[in-house]
Amino acid sequence: MIAALGLAVKNPATWVFLAFAAVTCGSALVVAVSRSLVYSAYALLLTFFGVAGLYAFLDADFLAAAQLLVYVGGILVLILFGVMLTHKIRDINLSNESTNPVVGAVISGFLFLALAYVSLMTDWQVVEHPASATSGEIGRAFVGKYLLPFEVSSVLLLGALIGAAYLARREKREA
Amino acid sequence: MPVVGLEWFLVIAAFLFATGVFTILTRKNAVSILMGVELILNAANVNLVAFSRFVKPAATLGPQSVEFPLQGSAAHAVYGQPWIAGNVFAAFVIVLAAAEAAVALGLILGIYRTAGDVDVDEATALKG
Amino acid sequence: MHPVITFAHNVLPFTKGWPDWVVYVAIVFVVAFGILNTLVAPLTGISTYIERRMAGRAQYRWGPNRVGFRSLLDALPVTRWIGRMGDIGPVKAIGRLIPGGLLQFAADGLKLFTKEDIIPAKADKFLFRASPYVVMAGSFAAFAVLPVSFNFRAVNFNIGIFYVLGISSLVVPGILMAGWGSANKWALFGGMRSASQIVSYEIPVAISLMTAVMLAGTMNMTDIVNAQRSGYGIEKAGALGWYVFRYGGLMIVPFVIYFIGGCAEVNRTPFDLPEGESELVSGYHTEYSGFRWSFFFMAEYSNMFAVGAIATTMFLGGPLPPYPVQLTEQLFGGMGHLGMVLRFLEGFAWFFIKSYFFVLVMIHMRWTLPRYRVDQLMHLCWKVLLPIALVWFVLMCGVRAVRMEMKLAAQPAVAEVTR
Repeated sequence: MIAALGLAVKNPATWVFLAFAAVTCGSALVVAVSRSLVYSAYALLLTFFGVAGLYAFLDADFLAAAQLLVYVGGILVLILFGVMLTHKIRDINLSNESTNPVVGAVISGFLFLALAYVSLMTDWQVVEHPASATSGEIGRAFVGKYLLPFEVSSVLLLGALIGAAYLARREKREA
Repeated sequence: MPVVGLEWFLVIAAFLFATGVFTILTRKNAVSILMGVELILNAANVNLVAFSRFVKPAATLGPQSVEFPLQGSAAHAVYGQPWIAGNVFAAFVIVLAAAEAAVALGLILGIYRTAGDVDVDEATALKG
Repeated sequence: MHPVITFAHNVLPFTKGWPDWVVYVAIVFVVAFGILNTLVAPLTGISTYIERRMAGRAQYRWGPNRVGFRSLLDALPVTRWIGRMGDIGPVKAIGRLIPGGLLQFAADGLKLFTKEDIIPAKADKFLFRASPYVVMAGSFAAFAVLPVSFNFRAVNFNIGIFYVLGISSLVVPGILMAGWGSANKWALFGGMRSASQIVSYEIPVAISLMTAVMLAGTMNMTDIVNAQRSGYGIEKAGALGWYVFRYGGLMIVPFVIYFIGGCAEVNRTPFDLPEGESELVSGYHTEYSGFRWSFFFMAEYSNMFAVGAIATTMFLGGPLPPYPVQLTEQLFGGMGHLGMVLRFLEGFAWFFIKSYFFVLVMIHMRWTLPRYRVDQLMHLCWKVLLPIALVWFVLMCGVRAVRMEMKLAAQPAVAEVTR
């Protein structure tokens, strides 16, 4: 229901949340439409930060820190390396024009409206439960119920490590 | 409970998803497309964590057996609370995103080496 | 409810409606801005002072050790006479008490303030300006969870050390920002070298820290300190309870790996390839001048201290003294408020003595060791430190598991519940 979007305006935390939401959405928009590839990448930094803030609002402290560590410290750095290794420094304002922005805007706008409609119109079975520290629970779940996916994902990481090193390696000169 | 309702998080996630789709649809630069994919993954993660926080899970450990001798709250104390499932899934998504980004960067560098460009429209040859 | 939050609720009643983490963040902001800025700035100041003096000695360059009040007096003919008075008898002894080189520090600061702030014409102005702030934010934010004295820290975060690892990764995009924004190929090379170095060394560093986390069973830095109060089955263990000396000295290996990796993460000699002067002019901050440049150096010195402080907390008992802390607890416990102050100062002193010991070692290393080559650097990280750290992590897991089994075997009733 739309009424569910009602805000506790008097609570300052609401405004902190709105700031995080604005940072997340605004920087995501910059990622999508910015004409400079480097600016897109640094806007993505802000998006990741905003999402980490949203996790903190959802009392997921472990995931918020993991988001910073993996996304900001790992994936964003990979993306920046991707930008910087595949372009010359003389095109410092890397142009990155959108193609067919109208069609893209129509499709993604329709997707957004559909998703937002479903989110707002569904009568979610929300249950009140108090916040508790998540890191211990996540650890217990990893070695308990989700042991097999946990092990499989570690094998996947190893495979990705070897695969990425193989792909990025310079090809051997034929003798 | 969090200061705002579940719907807020869902709408923000929908917005992130839509911008990610827009990025993928309109960009030709491979790195830019990778950014769109990351936006979509983040949107999915926000949804997962939000549901984990707000919605009561129905999951149980399955019937009592040799593998699962414990039931009820005793089982949850050892194997993890059911409500944590969304968090755990989001952690898996983060792991997969890291692997995907590493492989994607390897591919992009490979395309750059063979095609001299990272425009996905130009990379049409199956054999470089 | 946590005492810090209760405190905030009592002092500022309007915070009562806020969720805990917002109060945390607010406290982080206030403390980071108020106390830590008056703490971190002197910390970096002290570090630069020590560095200046030790560099002067190492290079036989006596100036930075001498610039003091005496030379100030020597500058004017009238006051030189007063200075000469210092050579006579007992006055000389008093004159010697004033440490030399204090004015070098002031002169450096003055020089930085008055230098022209140059932004290259072809630079990306926004990235060029933003970068120093991002780097500083990343390195200063880690101070929020350091337990600087017994049960005293800005924020008691239950994922403390994980937060430190996460927030300090903000430095890497900041450095790349500087490298790219300068529109200078040397700066770009330096930035990319620095980023790849930090990202690579973060892995052995994180694994060796996780070894200590695994032994303590918590990521909360205060709890990790408290876990080092006793060891070897002795309640009043003193220094024996610190993780470096626990488990028959097995933990020395992760500690050494952490320290090597930490030195590499702050980009100092012997790991200063990103700014190797003979190759890259000055690395990612080649184009920076004046105060923006000094921001990078404040970040470097605060990072040095942070590396020392984390090593202290995770492996050397943080604020715990080498003698059994329970003795002074008893002593100061009966002294009321004065005892509380003394106890705080005791922990504070030990924490800073230990942390500064590491800063001193790092400075000494910078002025004695030659620089690594890039391939040697990566070889050291991926083929030496990482395998040892991994193997040692598994080894310590085994040691802990065996000890837990032994403990459970000694208490059958507990074992029944835990299994």
